[in-house]
Amino acid sequence: MPSILQLNGLTKSFGAVTVADDLSCDLEQGEALGIIGPNGAGKTTMFNLITGTLAPNAGSIRFQGQDVTSLSAARRCRAGMARSFQVPQPFSGMTVFENAMIAATQAAGLSGRAAETLCLDVLEQTELMNKANTLAGGLTLLNRKRLELTRALCAKPKLLMLDEIAGGLTENECVSLVRTIKEIHASGVSIIWIEHVVHALISVVDRLIVIDFGRKIADGEPKAIMKSAEVQEIYLGIAIDD
Amino acid sequence: MDWVNAIVQGTLLGGLYALFAAGLSLIFGVMRLVNIAHGDLIVLAAYLGLTVVMATGLHPLLALVFVVPTMATIGYILQRGILNFTLGDDLLPPLLVTFGLSVIIQNGLLEMYSADPQKMNAGALETASFAMGSLSLGVLPVLTFAIAVVVIAGLQWMFYHTAIGRAFRAVSDNQDIAQLMGLNKRHIFGLAMALALGVTAIAGILLGIRTSFDPSVGGGRLIFGFEAVIIGGLGNLWGTLAGGVILGVAQTIGAKIDPGWQILAGHIAFLIVLAVRPQGLFPRVSG
Repeated sequence: MPSILQLNGLTKSFGAVTVADDLSCDLEQGEALGIIGPNGAGKTTMFNLITGTLAPNAGSIRFQGQDVTSLSAARRCRAGMARSFQVPQPFSGMTVFENAMIAATQAAGLSGRAAETLCLDVLEQTELMNKANTLAGGLTLLNRKRLELTRALCAKPKLLMLDEIAGGLTENECVSLVRTIKEIHASGVSIIWIEHVVHALISVVDRLIVIDFGRKIADGEPKAIMKSAEVQEIYLGIAIDD
Repeated sequence: MDWVNAIVQGTLLGGLYALFAAGLSLIFGVMRLVNIAHGDLIVLAAYLGLTVVMATGLHPLLALVFVVPTMATIGYILQRGILNFTLGDDLLPPLLVTFGLSVIIQNGLLEMYSADPQKMNAGALETASFAMGSLSLGVLPVLTFAIAVVVIAGLQWMFYHTAIGRAFRAVSDNQDIAQLMGLNKRHIFGLAMALALGVTAIAGILLGIRTSFDPSVGGGRLIFGFEAVIIGGLGNLWGTLAGGVILGVAQTIGAKIDPGWQILAGHIAFLIVLAVRPQGLFPRVSG
């Protein structure tokens, strides 16, 4: 399988604080990759670097074989990257449907009926149809998270990046969200998912990487990774008895 | 009856002020840019109209066919070439740069057209009137008001029912997220300025038909535009029309009391609104 995303030695620091330290990673077409790590480990920074919100100090990003390191966030989005935010950031003065339409028209490049149809299909899939005409600023947390996913999907992404989308949800809400994400994955979209709700994450992803202090410290099959001593110590805070 | 007449004439005058203000309101709404050069851009449009009329012999209203696209092009280039670089967290740079622009436009116009007052000749349209009951309404003021309503209705429709309108609102709502949704904010801002100056072109031509103008009158138009926007409430285009009407009515009533009071009465009405309802009469409903 050709890789859809290749990170090569990505490094980013703010003053003396290194938030991404020589990060390298390959994502295959259609693969679902999970990212875990303690708070402040640099997971969201990694997303910001990939989507172009931040420029790296060193290293390169290739997306679908093309070097996108110097492309703007808007162009990367139009090339097929879409993300959701940990803290939902809807266009609060616009309705849910209009939020979706922004992604469908601007990111996916659709217009008229085609854009509307896509938005309606996605709203159906993300269970937001009954809120379509509600102002996004008035949504509950769960619905804001669903709107994040909706907007990302309306961009017709080839690579979907989810940032702690299951955080703060009840078990039932989480189950329905995982079902939706599995459907998306099954349709061939590559996924990178940052998540603290590990059981939800592991039920979807094919591979897991662990990040700490901006460095990748483990990479492999999810269950094996979760069992490794290093991960248990760093991520779960369980001390290892020598 | 005289008072009714003053109110009706003031309302119609308010249409012109709303056209002055619409571009200002639009730019502030989309990119939080306060354009000090707006009045001078109105005057620039009037001079462009004058040039087209003199060169081609067209009726001033037909000159709009040239002036609107020209001003829109100037707007896009101005935004992409200069103003985009001034936008950021600090409100001061755009104020300073547009102030500089205002000085440059005024002096450029002085160089090219001299300080002599000019006027566009619209022929019979200028004096044509019709009777409505015991009132006599000028065709030009009625036409101006109608154009203002159509322009504002058009802008309103565009904002809420088209892809570009949604893009304007998305960028206005959250620039960073809009970028991540594939919107190029520099381009969107360019289009917003093009649209605003297209509306400004209409305002400039109507100004130039209604009264004489010279390179120095921009400042006054800017003030009227600002006052209409603030009376109506920021970010609400229909409110801007209402603001223009209130300003126009206050001016004509002031003039009725004493001709010297025209401008002052408008400012007093503005100050009263500012004191009583600083957010304007019809502020945008926030989400």
